[in-house]
Amino acid sequence: MFHIYCPYCEELREEEEFHPKGEAHIARPEEPEACSDEEWGDYLFFRDNPRGIHHEMWLHAVGCRKFFNITRNTVSYEILETYKMGEQPTVGAEHLAREEKTASVQAAEGGQQTVGASDAALASVKGAQA
Amino acid sequence: MQRYSGFGLVKHALRHHEDWQRQWRNPTPKPRYDVIIVGGGGHGLATAYYLAKEHGITNVAVVEKGWLGGGNTARNTTIVRSNYLWDESAALYEHAMKHWEGLSQELNYNVMFSQRGVLNLGHTLQDMRDIQRRVNANRLNGIDGEVLDAEGVQSLVPIMDCSKRARYPVMGASWQPRAGVARHDAVAWGYARAADALGVDLLQNTEVTGFKIRDGQIQGVHTNRGDIEAKTVGCVTAGNSSVLARMAGFNLPLESHPLQALVSEPLKPVLDTVVMSNHVHGYISQSDKGDLVIGAGIDGYNGYGQRGSYPTVEHTLQAIVEMFPIFSRVRMNRQWGGIVDTCPDACPILSKTKVKGLYFNCGWGTGGFKATPGSGHVFAASLAKGEMHPIAAPFSIDRFHSGALIDEHGAAGVAH
Repeated sequence: MFHIYCPYCEELREEEEFHPKGEAHIARPEEPEACSDEEWGDYLFFRDNPRGIHHEMWLHAVGCRKFFNITRNTVSYEILETYKMGEQPTVGAEHLAREEKTASVQAAEGGQQTVGASDAALASVKGAQA
Repeated sequence: MQRYSGFGLVKHALRHHEDWQRQWRNPTPKPRYDVIIVGGGGHGLATAYYLAKEHGITNVAVVEKGWLGGGNTARNTTIVRSNYLWDESAALYEHAMKHWEGLSQELNYNVMFSQRGVLNLGHTLQDMRDIQRRVNANRLNGIDGEVLDAEGVQSLVPIMDCSKRARYPVMGASWQPRAGVARHDAVAWGYARAADALGVDLLQNTEVTGFKIRDGQIQGVHTNRGDIEAKTVGCVTAGNSSVLARMAGFNLPLESHPLQALVSEPLKPVLDTVVMSNHVHGYISQSDKGDLVIGAGIDGYNGYGQRGSYPTVEHTLQAIVEMFPIFSRVRMNRQWGGIVDTCPDACPILSKTKVKGLYFNCGWGTGGFKATPGSGHVFAASLAKGEMHPIAAPFSIDRFHSGALIDEHGAAGVAH
C-alpha cells in the first residue's frame, strides 16, 4: 500500500484515493495535423517504461481530484518525490532520447537505471517541492 | 532422450527411481549460434523447439537470466482458450489451441491439458450483447462457442450464486467447451526437454547485458558469461521487453504492470470448469491438486517488482465471494505477482524491428500463457524464414504507426 503525499492537499493519503495515469511529461504535439504517422504514433503509444526511476502522473481521484506527478522507483516502488503539474522533477529518470545523445547505440551496455535514489529526494516527499 | 511411458514408470519404480535421466543438459555457451532466443519462458522455449523440429535449425541457444520457466510461465493462472473477437487474434489463439490438443503426445510430456471449458460471465445487457457478438464471430472463425442464459450457467456450476439477489446478477455467459487449463510448469519443462534433445543449448543464469549491433544488423549479445554471436536474435522477455529494447536503442509501445494471482488451501473437487467474470473482475478454477486458482487484475501503475498490491487482491476476492458464497471461509495459501507487458490494444507484438535480424515477441499482457505453443510456432517460422509468418504478420509493431490496431480490449472477454 502506497502512502502518497498529494502536493495540493499537502497530506499523506492512502493509495486507494489515487489513480495512476501513466507516464508524465509527455507533451501533446502543438500541431497534430503536421505530425507524421511516426511522430503521432510515438506520441500516442510508445513509452519509456523504465526498470528504475520513472516519472508518472497520478490523479487524486477521491481527494482534491487534481493531477500531479510522482517520481517513483518501479522496482523497489519507493516514492522519491511528488510535485505539481507544470513543475520539474528534482530526481531524473533516464529517457531514451537523452541516452541516444550521449551513448552510441552500438555500445549500449544495457538499460540499467543507475540514477541515485538519494535521501534528499526522499525528503522531498515531505513536500519540498510543494 | 529417455522416453516417458507407463511401462517406464513401472520399470523405474522397481529400481526405486534412482536412474532417471536428467531432463536437459547444462551446457557452456558456444561462441556462435545460428539463432539466439533471449528468455527461457514458455514462449521462448517453444520457439527454440519449433526452430529445431520444424525448420531444422538446431544450432540455437536459449539465454535465460534466471531459471527456465521462472517468470510469468510459473506465475499465471493456466487458463487456455481461443474465443477472441477479431479475425487476427482468433487465428493466432486458435492456432495455439490446435497445438495444445496434441501437445502432451508431441512432447512426450504430460502437460495435463484439461479441456474442462471456460465460462465468460455477462452481468449486464451490454455484456450479453458483446457475448453474442463474440460467440457469433468465433463460430464464423471455426471456434466453438455457445451463449448460455443464467439457467444454463447454473446447471454447469451449481455452486455459483446465479440468483437475482446477487449485487451483479449473472445474466448468462459465453461457453467454450474446448477451452480449459494446463499445467504451466510442465509446458516449459516439456518444451525444454524436447528442444534440448534436438540439440538446443539452454543457457540458464545467463543474463543479456547488451546487444552487438553493426551497421543496423544484429551481431550477437553481451552476457554476464561473455559475448555470444548470432545473426538472428529473438527476444521473448515479457515484462522486461522494454528494458531489452532500450539496450537496442528503441522504445516499445509497452508498459509493464504487476499482475497477481493466488491459490487457496487444497479442497475436495468442487469446481470442474473455469469461471471468468470481466465485469466484477475475478476468475477462478480448481487445480487437480484441489486448490482454487484465482486471478486478480493488474495494478494500474508501472512496476517491475514481482508482487501485487493489497487493494487489488481485496477487490478480486470480494468478487469471488460475491459469485461463490460457498468460498467465503476458504483460506488462501499463497499470493504472488508477475510482470506483464501490456500493449495499448491488448494484443501481442510479433515483429521485426529497426535492427535487422532482431525480432521481438512480446506484449502478451495478461493472457500469454494460452498462446504458448502457437506463439512459439509462428515466431520460429518467422525467425527461420526472415519473414513474418502470415498469422504473426498483423501483429507487427508497425501497427502503432499505421493505425491498424487489433482492439481486443474487453472484446475478448479478457479480464483487464
